[in-house]
Amino acid sequence: MKKRLRTLLLAIWIIPVLLFIYLPVAWLVISSISTRAELLSTPIHWIPQHPTFQNYLNIFAPGQGTSEVAKTFRITLWNSLVVASSVTLIALTLGSLASYALIRLRFPFRQSMLIGILGTRMIPEISLVIPLYLFATRFGLFNSPLILIITYLSFALPFAIWLMAAFFNTIPVELEDAARIDGCNRLETLFRIIMPISAPGLVSTGLFVFLTAWDEFFFALILTSTVSAKTVPVAIAEFTGRYVVDVGGMMTGGVLAAIPPVVLSLIFQRYIVSGLTAGAVKG
Amino acid sequence: MKTFRSIAILILTLIVLASMMGCAPKQPAGPVTIRVLSMEQAGPTVDEMNAIVGEFNQANPDIKVEIEYVAYDALHDKITTAMASTPPAYDVFLVDDIWYAEFAKAGYVMDATSRITQDMRDKIFVSAWDITTVDGKVYGMPWLLDEKYFFYNKKLLQEAGFNAPPKTWEELVEQSKVIKEKGIVEYPIVWSWGQYEAAICDWVILLYGNGGSLVDANGAPAFNNEIGVKTLTWMIQTIDEGITNPASVSYVEEDVRNVFSQGKAVFAVNWNYMYDLVNFNTEESQVTGQIKMALMPAFEGSGVESATINGSMGFSVAATSPNQDAAWKYVEFLTSEDIQNRYSGHLLPIWQTSFQGENLTKLQSYSPANETTVPMFNAQFPYAHVRPKVPYYPEASKALQLALQEALTKQKTPEQALNDAAAKWIELAK
Amino acid sequence: MQSCMKQKFTLTQQDALLGFGLILPSLLVILGISLQPILSTLYLSVFESSRGINAEQTFVGLGNYTSLLSDPVFWVTIGRTLYFTLVSVGLELVLGLAIAQLIHSHPPGWQFLRTSLIIPWAVPTIVNGTMWRWIYNADYGALNGLFLQLGLIDKYIPWLTKPDVAMNLVIVADIWHSVPFIALILQAALATLPVDLEEAAAVDGANALQRFFLIRLPLLRPAILVALVIRTVEAFRVFDIIYVITNGGPAFGTVTISYLTYLETFSFGNVGRGAALSFLISIFTLIMAFVYIRILYRPEDSQ
Repeated sequence: MKKRLRTLLLAIWIIPVLLFIYLPVAWLVISSISTRAELLSTPIHWIPQHPTFQNYLNIFAPGQGTSEVAKTFRITLWNSLVVASSVTLIALTLGSLASYALIRLRFPFRQSMLIGILGTRMIPEISLVIPLYLFATRFGLFNSPLILIITYLSFALPFAIWLMAAFFNTIPVELEDAARIDGCNRLETLFRIIMPISAPGLVSTGLFVFLTAWDEFFFALILTSTVSAKTVPVAIAEFTGRYVVDVGGMMTGGVLAAIPPVVLSLIFQRYIVSGLTAGAVKG
Repeated sequence: MKTFRSIAILILTLIVLASMMGCAPKQPAGPVTIRVLSMEQAGPTVDEMNAIVGEFNQANPDIKVEIEYVAYDALHDKITTAMASTPPAYDVFLVDDIWYAEFAKAGYVMDATSRITQDMRDKIFVSAWDITTVDGKVYGMPWLLDEKYFFYNKKLLQEAGFNAPPKTWEELVEQSKVIKEKGIVEYPIVWSWGQYEAAICDWVILLYGNGGSLVDANGAPAFNNEIGVKTLTWMIQTIDEGITNPASVSYVEEDVRNVFSQGKAVFAVNWNYMYDLVNFNTEESQVTGQIKMALMPAFEGSGVESATINGSMGFSVAATSPNQDAAWKYVEFLTSEDIQNRYSGHLLPIWQTSFQGENLTKLQSYSPANETTVPMFNAQFPYAHVRPKVPYYPEASKALQLALQEALTKQKTPEQALNDAAAKWIELAK
Repeated sequence: MQSCMKQKFTLTQQDALLGFGLILPSLLVILGISLQPILSTLYLSVFESSRGINAEQTFVGLGNYTSLLSDPVFWVTIGRTLYFTLVSVGLELVLGLAIAQLIHSHPPGWQFLRTSLIIPWAVPTIVNGTMWRWIYNADYGALNGLFLQLGLIDKYIPWLTKPDVAMNLVIVADIWHSVPFIALILQAALATLPVDLEEAAAVDGANALQRFFLIRLPLLRPAILVALVIRTVEAFRVFDIIYVITNGGPAFGTVTISYLTYLETFSFGNVGRGAALSFLISIFTLIMAFVYIRILYRPEDSQ
C-alpha cells in the first residue's frame, strides 16, 4: 500500500518534467506546420486551423520554387550523420582506453594529464578556427567531411575521456580485483569485466559525443562550403536571409534534425538498463 | 559480451563508411575556375543566380564560374577567413555596404577604379556608387540596391479618420495619438531598435531627417550635438507616450514585419522586401491589400524633405585572386544592363536606364509588388544616406548601438550616451 | 613478504607501461589537432595586430592582457558570464539530479521520460535559439499567449527589453537545452551504483532522505564533478544561444566573454586582443575546474 502511494507520488512528479520538455517541443512542431499568418494570431492558435506540410514537402519533395537549403537538406542530414557517427566511434574507442588508464592505472603525471586534456577544451572555438582553416586548406582537406571528423575530435575526445572517467570511477575496485585474482590480466579485465559493466556509461557517453558533434556549428560553418560537407546546423542557418527569416523552414529543420539522435537513443535504450551492475556484482 | 560485440561491429562498419565519404572530389583541369561567394535568400533566387552563371560560362568557354551560397550572417566571417589563405578560397564575393572600408583597408578587395568605364559612371545611380567607393576609390560593382521605406496600413489609418500618411514625424505623433484614442491599435508604430545594425539604420533615418549627420566633413563624429540629443529624446518620448511599440528596443527587421503583418501597428519602417510579403502573401500576413508605402517623413523645421538609409551591397574581386581579370569579367557580366534587366524579378537594377520608358513598364510588370516598389524606389533613393566609410565601422557601430540602447533603456541620458559613443569613435580613429 | 613486494613493483611498472600505451593514441590525436592552433593563438596574443593581407604586427608583449585586465568592460563581462554560468549550471545540477533520481526510482513512464530527455538536446542550438526568441516575443510569442490564457498577466509584456530579464530568459533557454545532459549523466551513474549498500542502510533504518544525502550523493560525487566541470566549461564559453536570442542586447546586457571574443576577433578584426581574450577565458575556466576538483575530488575516489 505504502509502495503504491510512493509510485503514485513519483508519477505525479513526472508530469511537470514532461511539460517542461514537451511544451517548447510542441511549439516547435506547431511552428513547422503553421503558416506565418497563423503563427502571428492573437490569441494564439495552439492547434493550427490550416495546418500546412509545405515545409516538409520542400525538403522531401522539392518543387520548382523550393529554396536551395530545403532542396539540399537531406544531403546535409547525411553529412551530419556520417561526421557525428565517425567522431563518436573514434572518440569512444580511444577515449575509453585512455580514460581507463587515467582512472585505474598508476603512472607518473596521471593527474596533470587528466587536467591537461580538459585544458585543451577550454579555449573558445572562435580563436582556434582560423589556424584550423589554414591547416585544412594546406592539406587539401577543406570542405571534406574528414576535416570535420578530425577537428571535432579535438573536443569530442577530451569530452569522452572525462565522461568515461566518471563512469569508470563508479565501478567498485573490488570487482576488478576479484577478476584479477581469477587470473585475468589488466586488458582482459578491461574488456571482459569493466566494459560490459560500463555499457550504460559507454552508451551514454556515445550519445553525448554524438549530440555534441551533431550540434557543432562554428567549425562546420568555416571549414565547409558546399553540400559535399555542409552539416545540418549550417544548413539550418541558411534559412536566414539578410533580413528575412524562414522560421517555418528553420523549425522544420529543427524537428528533422532532432529525429536521428532520438532514434539512436531508442536503439541503444536497452543497453542503458540499470541493475545490470548489481547482477554482475552478484554473479 | 554480445552487447559489446555488436557495438564493435557497428563501429567498424561506420568507420569504413566514413572513410569512404571522406574522399573529396578532385578539381577538374581545364579552364580558369572563378569561385564566387554569394548569399542565400538574397533578392534573386539561387535558381536565377545559377542561370546567370550558366549564361556566363556558355559565353566564356575559357572561364568556369562556380558559385556558393551562405547565410548573410556567415558572409563576413567566411570572407575574412577565406582571405587568410593564399590563393583565397574565393575570387569574387558579395560585400555588404558597411564592410567596404574595413575590407579596403585590410587589402581584401581589388581596387577597380580604373576598370569602371565612363558609361558605367554616367548610367548607374550616383547613390549606388556610394556603396562601393571608399576614399574616392571604387572597390566593386553595386548590387542589390536597397533602402528603408515608410509603410502604413491604409485601412487602419482611414479608420482613425486620416486619408493621407504623415509627411513629418510630428504629424505621425499627432495621428498616432488619435489612433490610440480611438483604440485602433495599442502602439501605432514599430521600429527595429534592437542591439543590431538595424538600430543604426533607423537612427540614421531620424538623425538625417532632423538635419543631423553621423560624421562631419572631416570624418569626426557629429551626432553628439543638439540635433542628436533632440532626436534620441524624441525616440524615448514616443516609447513613453505609447506611440512606439516598447518591444522595438529588442526588435530587428523581421520582428517589425511580423508585428506589422499582424495588423498591430499602423506605421512601420523597413526594407523593400517587406512590401511583397505583407501586402500580397496571405500565408505570411493578416493584412494583405491594406498596405501602402510613402516617402519617409522628416522632422518639421529641419529643412529636410525626407531621409533614409542606403543599405545596398556590392560584388567585389579578391585582391589576392590569381585570376582578377576573369573574375572582374564575371562581376561586370552579373551587373551588366542586359542581365540586370532580364533578371530583375527580385532585384532592382543599378542602371538608371532600367527605370525609364519601356524598361520601366517591364520592370513594374514583373510582380504586383513591383508596381508600387519600383516608382517608390525612384522617389526615395535620392534621399538615401550611406553610413560612414571608416575601416573601424563595425566597432564604431557597436558603440553607437550601445549608446542608443542605454538611452532607450534609461541607463544613461541621451546626452551622456551619445557623448560616450562619440568619444569611442574618436579613440577608434586614432 | 619479500617476494610479494617484488611482484608488486613489477606489476606497477607493467601498469605504467600499459597506461601510457592506452593513453598515447588519444594524446597524439588531441595534441595533433589542438596544439598547433593553441600555439598560434598564443603567438597572436602578444601582438597588436589587425586583420589584413599585409597587416602590421606590433609586438606588445603582455600589452593585450594588461589592457584587457584594466578595462572595466572586461570585468563587467566576466561578472555577467559568471552569473550566467553559476545560475544556469547550478539550476541544471539541482534539476538534473532531481530528474535523474526520479528516473532511477522507476515510476510508471520512466523510460518514456528518459527518451524524452534526448529531445531538447537533439534540437540544434541555432533552432533552439530561434524558437525561444519567438516564444519570448512581445507581440506574438507563445509565452505571452500562454500566460495571458492562464490569467498570469493581463496584457502582453515585452520580455527582452530589460537587460536582467533578458539574461534570465536566455538562462531558461540554456537550461532547457542542457538539463538533459546532467540528468542523463547522473542517471547513468546511478545505474552503475551498487544497490546492496543502500539496502543495508535501509535495513539499518535510514530514511530515504538520509540514504540519498549520506550514501547516494557521496557515491555520485565523481560523476557530479565531471558533469559540473564539463558544463561549466561550456557555459562559461556560451555564445550561439545568446547570439541568436538577444545578439548581446539590450544595452550589452547579455554580452558574455565568448561573445566579446567573437566581436573582437571576427567583427572588429582585433585579432591579437581576441587571442588574448581567449587565453584569459581558458585561465578562468581552469581556475573554476580546479576549485571543483578541490571541493569535490577525494583521492579515495580512484583507488
